[in-house]
Amino acid sequence: MDLFSAHSVSKQYSNHKALDKVSIHVPDSHIFGLLGPNGAGKTTLIRIINQIIAPDEGELIFMGRELQPNDIAFIGYLPEERGLYKKMTVGEQAMYLAQLKGLSHHEAQQRLKYWFEKFGIRGWWNKKVEELSKGMQQKIQFLVTIIHEPKLLIFDEPFSGFDPINANLMKEEILAQKEKGATIIFSTHNMSSVEELCDDIALIDRSKVILSGAVRSIKKTFSTNTFGISYNSFEEPLQTILPPEFQVLSESHDMDHRHAQVKLPAEATPNDLIKSMLPHVIIYSVNEKIPSMNDIFIQAVTQQTTQPATRD
Amino acid sequence: MIFLSRQLHNKQHNRQRETDMKKIFLIIRREYLTRVKKRSFIVMTILGPLLMAATIVVPIYLATRTNELKTVAVLDETGIFFEKFKDTDNIRFHYLVSDISTAKSDFSKSDDHALLFIPKTEVTLPTNAILYSEKSVNINVSSYIKNVMSKQIEELKLQARLSELQTDKKEPVSVDDILRSIKTSVDINTMKIGEDGKESKSYTEINMILGMFSGILIYFFIFLFGAQVMRGVIEEKTSRIVEVIISSVRPFQLMMGKIIGVGLVGLTQFLLWVILTFGIVTVVTSVMSSKDIGKSATEQMMHQKESMNAAVAGAIASQKESPEGMEGIMEAINSVNFPVMIGAFIFFFLVGYLLYAALFAAIGGAVDSEADTQQFMFPITIPLILSIVMAQYIIQDPDGPVAFWFSIFPLTSPVTMMIRIPFGVPYIQVILSMVLLLLGFLGTTWLAGKIYRTGILMYGKKVSYKELWKWIRYK
Repeated sequence: MDLFSAHSVSKQYSNHKALDKVSIHVPDSHIFGLLGPNGAGKTTLIRIINQIIAPDEGELIFMGRELQPNDIAFIGYLPEERGLYKKMTVGEQAMYLAQLKGLSHHEAQQRLKYWFEKFGIRGWWNKKVEELSKGMQQKIQFLVTIIHEPKLLIFDEPFSGFDPINANLMKEEILAQKEKGATIIFSTHNMSSVEELCDDIALIDRSKVILSGAVRSIKKTFSTNTFGISYNSFEEPLQTILPPEFQVLSESHDMDHRHAQVKLPAEATPNDLIKSMLPHVIIYSVNEKIPSMNDIFIQAVTQQTTQPATRD
Repeated sequence: MIFLSRQLHNKQHNRQRETDMKKIFLIIRREYLTRVKKRSFIVMTILGPLLMAATIVVPIYLATRTNELKTVAVLDETGIFFEKFKDTDNIRFHYLVSDISTAKSDFSKSDDHALLFIPKTEVTLPTNAILYSEKSVNINVSSYIKNVMSKQIEELKLQARLSELQTDKKEPVSVDDILRSIKTSVDINTMKIGEDGKESKSYTEINMILGMFSGILIYFFIFLFGAQVMRGVIEEKTSRIVEVIISSVRPFQLMMGKIIGVGLVGLTQFLLWVILTFGIVTVVTSVMSSKDIGKSATEQMMHQKESMNAAVAGAIASQKESPEGMEGIMEAINSVNFPVMIGAFIFFFLVGYLLYAALFAAIGGAVDSEADTQQFMFPITIPLILSIVMAQYIIQDPDGPVAFWFSIFPLTSPVTMMIRIPFGVPYIQVILSMVLLLLGFLGTTWLAGKIYRTGILMYGKKVSYKELWKWIRYK
């Protein structure tokens, strides 16, 4: 079941269309990647979900009904442009933001205590925000985003500004939130984190969704049946021992081995490749060249650019 | 079913309102507390009253110290006040026996400071007098005259009352009742006589001072705290916290919370200033004047309760002592219609601030840093500065067309109306001005809300007026 879905949402600014009939489906307890190049309309969509701005048209369904103003209590949002009041102490600030999310004074205090303990930052409570490093501030921001235990968490470029150690900590914490049953929308153009975290994605380019679905099935559709093979004891071009419909994309060698990438026809399997090579060479490894999300991203976006959408 | 769902809807609606209110309160509280706890606030709160007290006490002290002798000619048609004006250290009185027109022409030729004319009254005791002068009349002089006149009339009233009481001694009458029944206030109109003998109505300095003072106060308050609102908005924008917050509250709530919070800070500071200034002035002046008067107010009250005749006589006697210096000025201040003045001040002070604060918030929302505010500040500050620049003309002619239009137009009315009010403004004009100011406030807040909610999410973009206009038209 979808925790959240948007149905042909559009938003027009005076000189450009930020969103053009965008539909997304965010399944319950999944991590959903909202991908796209800069200026594609990701942040506009996120702001619409957070009801910071209103869409011109379209429908937003949250927990099986239309999205309501009160629902911001069930949403935690970590914006891309984020910060804290510099002159306030960490504790005051965290209390303020937690209470704005609808927690009572008592609840806020107890939960913050738990989290400060967990992150090992109890000593920061009375520090001014300006005394903290950027990474430390990010931790506080992350913490107040999840403090009210929202059903839907929205992270806009969550790892920008984190060092690798803290980024990892956040990654683990995001996965822990998913385990607890939260649904997460995760906007980024950092594709490696998408591979690690996301179950589903939607790729937005120039105000339109150009690709969406489960990561696994998208990868399957973008798979080209290409294999990388490492072998030895054969000096001739590889193509000479392969059937002509097997296409050698590249060949190279280092001190120990020779490497090649071979694109198989759709009906062929890696077994056919190995079979034809086996009499001539020693094979060290064969592995499928699965397209990375990065490749898919670039491929989808460039395709979009070279072949303008036929819809309009 | 429909009924049930409607009930459910209402319930949700109420809950929504409740949480909205709670959030606005949280915002107001934060805005208030972070500012009040700042060191600069505390320093300003202490320094302000010291400066203000100094500006009040020093001129008064100097004024009471001047030894310049002022002569006042008295033309008393009633005869009641003959020889009642006793000469003081720096006022001399001499009495005329003539008619007013010759007295006036004589006065123009003489070196006298002022000519006091008490016209004849038929039935009642005289409570009006006209003070002619070439320059503005010294406050000490007019308040001394006023004091002597009212004391004299009160004494006459008291004698009449006492003889009345002696003839029928049936019921006991309290001192308070008698004091109240004889209480008299005297109106003194001051008229300016020009070199050419032409008369024009002149206003007492105290009205001018009060008007200017409250007008300037409002001007400063708007600038000081309006700019604080603007700076607060810019701070939220540059520290990038604004989007975190507006994912919990609506931009309009954040804006209003800030405006109200900062307004309360201003009000707190203002009240502390008034209380502290009053405290300092009271302490200093009581030290200054204790040698002259010798008796404290409480002692007077104790006396009054001792016995009726002695008390009344004693009270009057003690009040009859020359009301120079501080007391004289206090007397003059008391002549202003304070309930109206204070009521109007609070209204124009608050609504004027709210109107401008919304505009300042919109500017803060539209720009990225304080350096970029100039082009938008200009049109907003022009009416404020103009109303201060025009103040001196308005004070010369507080009922003229310039004064009227400036005190009606919402962007200038907070300052200009406050300048006019001590001189007396027709209620219909005050109400018209207030209604227009309220409408202006609603208008600017609506406009500001639209600019603000788009602006706070725009970073790194130089904004033009054309752009602002687009923002206003967004749905």
